[in-house]
Amino acid sequence: MSTTVIDPRVFQQVQSQKWWPIGLLITVLVYLTYAWGAFNMNDVLSGSRLEKGALLLSDAVAYKVHVTEDLRRGDFAVAIEGERTATYPADQTPNWVDRDANQYRVDLADGYQLRSADRVIEYSVPDYGVITITVGEKELEMTLPAGRAELPQGMQFRPVKFDARPVFGHRVQVSRSKIESHRFFYGWENFWFPFRSPFYGMSLGELWSTATEAKRIDAERSNAAFIFDEFWNNPDWQHGIIAVAVLETVMMAVLGTITAAFIALPLAFAAARNFNPEAVSRFFVRRMFDFVRGIDMLIWSLIFIRAFGLGPLTGTLAIAVTDTGSFGKIFSEAMENVDKKQIEGVEATGASRIQKYRFGVMPQLMPVFLSQFLYYMEIEL
Amino acid sequence: MYASIVHLENQRRLYTGLSLALLAVILVSGYTTADSMNSGGFIQGLEKFFDYPSQIVRESVAKGWEFWALFPKYFPALIETLNIALVSTLVGGLIAVFLSLGATRNLDVPERLVPVIRRTMDVMRAFPELIIALFLIFVLGASAVPAMIAVAFHTAGALGKLFSEVNENIDVKQTEGLKAAGGSWLQRIRFGVLPQVLPNYTSYLLLRLEINVRASAILGFVGAGGIGSELSRSIGWGDGAVTAALFLMLFFTIVLIDQGSAKIRENLVKNQGGLA
Repeated sequence: MSTTVIDPRVFQQVQSQKWWPIGLLITVLVYLTYAWGAFNMNDVLSGSRLEKGALLLSDAVAYKVHVTEDLRRGDFAVAIEGERTATYPADQTPNWVDRDANQYRVDLADGYQLRSADRVIEYSVPDYGVITITVGEKELEMTLPAGRAELPQGMQFRPVKFDARPVFGHRVQVSRSKIESHRFFYGWENFWFPFRSPFYGMSLGELWSTATEAKRIDAERSNAAFIFDEFWNNPDWQHGIIAVAVLETVMMAVLGTITAAFIALPLAFAAARNFNPEAVSRFFVRRMFDFVRGIDMLIWSLIFIRAFGLGPLTGTLAIAVTDTGSFGKIFSEAMENVDKKQIEGVEATGASRIQKYRFGVMPQLMPVFLSQFLYYMEIEL
Repeated sequence: MYASIVHLENQRRLYTGLSLALLAVILVSGYTTADSMNSGGFIQGLEKFFDYPSQIVRESVAKGWEFWALFPKYFPALIETLNIALVSTLVGGLIAVFLSLGATRNLDVPERLVPVIRRTMDVMRAFPELIIALFLIFVLGASAVPAMIAVAFHTAGALGKLFSEVNENIDVKQTEGLKAAGGSWLQRIRFGVLPQVLPNYTSYLLLRLEINVRASAILGFVGAGGIGSELSRSIGWGDGAVTAALFLMLFFTIVLIDQGSAKIRENLVKNQGGLA
């Protein structure tokens, strides 16, 4: 048996290396605990209102239909999101709203129902009873069903307002001036055409046959153009306006990035050690890159807005300025890594300074430039 | 042979010329359209461009010695921004480590899990911080926490991808050796994978910290606290001296962090032979 002698320093090193990850972990934990306190995490969490988030998210997949009775003017309207442009025509109200001369009934699903006639609202709540609200001249009066002393969950009554949202699917609000019930539905209503459009409710097949049909709905233009126009200028979804905004964004990104690349290229030569041996000017160009990069795009755009006003030009310039800094840094780093041999080879053929850059340097840098350029374009978009 | 080379060369020149012409057309037409869509014109704007910076400088100079008192006054705001950045980098980085373990094929994780986690990270990266922060401010109220969560969420997605790329490039012999010696999955990760990837993880984490300092300063503009909120307030009120002081603070902090992390990363790569 041979005995192996191990240098005691090995153990010492292992011992000391064992401790530093644990120390690091403890430091991080202590810091996070401090941050928990510094951010007032407990207060923030207790003050959070998750239902607001649910509401916002539900807006993306759901829409609500307002049934509004204006007590002052005596109007009655059923409209998507309460928008005037998305009001159901009087003869086409949805089948869950039942109306005749001076009264109407709204089926609010889940067993809830609302009846309104002559300033008296009967709101039936399943497993509870009928809440009656009378809209007086000065204030509202509420009568609870016999044997009930309190309103169900999710309902509030004050003499000026009754507000109920017992379930997700609907909401009822009564004030002295109007009675409003909202019912929520999933989907994107009127995404294609508004109510007033002749194409409202048509299926894809019907649309196709209308578009190819020779008989014109509007004598001035072809049916296909008319269909497109109705869709593009849909007042609720504003497809046209949004498309222009998207195009503007793309334009800002493309223009800004190209401009930045053009400005950064010559400046990068001044910031690269092997092209500009003069340390002072190099230092200034580099700090300038740092400066424009360090101030974020948003701040640049705030400054530009003051000079150029709101619009895509301001965005373009902000992107151009910030990216000049980033490109300058990346380009000059790429330049410092170029292969000297090719430049020397071009030089040996008697090339001028510009030819040296064009044929000795640029071919080496182009792949880096292009890839960085495309990458930044992606970021800006 | 020679003729074909000349032909190729001519063709290449033609393409270069065409793409340059296209670029010029895009630039000229783009700028004309952008200029016409803007509420203020480019030429008038150019004259006014230096008005604002010079106004800021004048107001700061007018303040005299009091100007320097602004720095300690707004220091807590800077600390808050740095806290947002640091906490979100740590939390996001931690989540990213776990995500990246599940997104790498060579680490013996269930085959089905890999694409699921990869797509999850794609989604996390795709949401800009600003959108998440706006949503969270709506839910949690205006404070630093929504910004922190938003940046951490984005960071987890971005770092998870980078980390999983690091994991994919490890030397599998070490994990195989541990497996042969009867090491459990956790032991293989701890002793076979982590020592190989940690230098690169640290490097990416520092890089992300730089980005997050900027991001958390910006999120202040939408009401998430920190130096961004102060900056947007002072710009809105037209308080030039405060704006200048905040600019300087933010700028020097960012430069300091960038330089520091660049140094550390350089050392990491040199000493450990890492990738990044």
